[in-house]
Amino acid sequence: MTTGLLQPVELTIELATVATFALVMIATPLAWWLARSHAWWKEAIAAVVSLPIVLPPTVIGFYLLVALGPHGPGGAIAGLWGAQTLAFTFGGLVVGSVVYSLPFVVQPIRNAFAAIGDRPLEVAATLRASPSRAFFAVALPLASPGLLTGAVLGFAHTVGEFGVVLMIGGAIPGRTAVVSTTIFDYVETGEWGAANALAAGMVVFAFVVILAMITIEKRFARGRP
Amino acid sequence: MSAAGGIEARFAGALGAFAFDFTLSAPPRGVTALYGPSGCGKTTLLRCIAGLNRVRDGDCRVNGEVWQDGARLFVPTYRRALGYVFQEASLFPHLSVKANLSFGAPPVGAAPAPAIVGWDEVIDLCGLAPLLERAPRALSGGERQRVALGRALLSQPRLLLMDEPLSALDESAKADILPFFERLRDRLPLPALYVTHDITEVERLADHLALINRGRVIAAGPLGQMQSDPALPLAAARGAAVTLEGTIAAIDESYGLTTIAVRGGAFVAPGRLGPVGARRRLRILAGDVSLALAPPGPSSILNVLPARVLSIKTVADNELVVVLGVGADGAGDRILARVTRRSAERLGLSGGVSVHAQVKGVALSRE
Repeated sequence: MTTGLLQPVELTIELATVATFALVMIATPLAWWLARSHAWWKEAIAAVVSLPIVLPPTVIGFYLLVALGPHGPGGAIAGLWGAQTLAFTFGGLVVGSVVYSLPFVVQPIRNAFAAIGDRPLEVAATLRASPSRAFFAVALPLASPGLLTGAVLGFAHTVGEFGVVLMIGGAIPGRTAVVSTTIFDYVETGEWGAANALAAGMVVFAFVVILAMITIEKRFARGRP
Repeated sequence: MSAAGGIEARFAGALGAFAFDFTLSAPPRGVTALYGPSGCGKTTLLRCIAGLNRVRDGDCRVNGEVWQDGARLFVPTYRRALGYVFQEASLFPHLSVKANLSFGAPPVGAAPAPAIVGWDEVIDLCGLAPLLERAPRALSGGERQRVALGRALLSQPRLLLMDEPLSALDESAKADILPFFERLRDRLPLPALYVTHDITEVERLADHLALINRGRVIAAGPLGQMQSDPALPLAAARGAAVTLEGTIAAIDESYGLTTIAVRGGAFVAPGRLGPVGARRRLRILAGDVSLALAPPGPSSILNVLPARVLSIKTVADNELVVVLGVGADGAGDRILARVTRRSAERLGLSGGVSVHAQVKGVALSRE
């Protein structure tokens, strides 16, 4: 019973941690480009990134399944180590989580970059800072509250997803069964006590996340460190 | 201007509805003020020189180094050896004052060229010692601007660009910080462009002046020459004044008066204004100068100088501005006198007439 409950929790934390790392690595340059570029088509890219906000998880899950499957690019990548598909694997879950949570990470980071404005970067340039130094020494530290918000949202959103992971993961115990899908399975099989234990844990987690977000925002609103 | 030094810049283009066509030459030493009304494009010119704005039709050469050659060559801002002080200090809020100052300084050990100014000298010049450990948000407006100035200097610029650095400050903060800029001007062998719409800042800081209006440099030259040129709007302005560079020639200890020699004559000013030989800048208002054909009788006015009328310009239907050359031959420094048309007619003033200029007020425009 205890190990049965612990396994999906561990897997969920592992998935959310890996996905959050990938999300921040992808979302930060993307958000920088969206905040700074003057390209006319950048809002089209922003809209594509934001699609998961509107689309039902089943639609995303369906296309991800196609993309990760044996006949999609995911299958080709899996072929590199002799597998046939990325679907129903931990790697597939990470890809799905990143796609699904990307808009929630990109948005606060983009806003934070936009709020910096041109001036600090101009100042950096007049002080001989190359564009990369200006980015790492000025833009990133000034946008750090946005990055922190994005990371927390990405982590929380990955923990909270259900439809996408069910479709591309299949809820295989020990491999792709995360907390949200395990709760569904427990309810299906009538194990209400176990379902309740996991569900109550999620409620506490959600509460802590939201409280943390509010605290972060307040801390940074009061003045920079 | 030789190709070896100074600033040669030309930029033509448009920002939105604002069209400009600037041609600027500035000498390799001293402060050149870019002076003009708001919205005339002074800041645009400065930003083009810094490479913060990019126009295709532009050339810029600083101290013999080409920064822009039309659309063919454009050195990005971070590769230009310049210091830039913005209107708002724009300190990095996430860094301490000390870290702000060292942000642009060459890394320790890497000294490619001899440093123009050292850390200790900047700390001293800008009065930064008590501020080093503070956060930018704990500073007053004037302190922030001093840090911004020090930060720009420590990046070892070969050209200092300042965009109305005092305009965001209140009067008392301005009065506090101006001496720092003056010390800087006198101590560093660095050409500077100083954008301002405040004539008092021009009078205190500038050696050269470029008048800017509607996207063009309408005239440029040494400050005193520009101020006394009757063809330019400065001489006709209500508070028209000239600034003269002089040398302390004598000090009358018993009366507490200082004699300051200028080209063609000397002025006496109240106060013990420094050691003999020291350079001082005098400011003489056109409205403080009155004219007489004969040496006046006994008077409380300290300064009566022989001078010659060089030209006369009508500035109102009842007032004229007379440009005078100091000295009996009129070959010395130029000053202005504002007189009524009636007085001018009664005295028969015209070019070449010898007069005695009575100067009621002589002010040091800086210590």
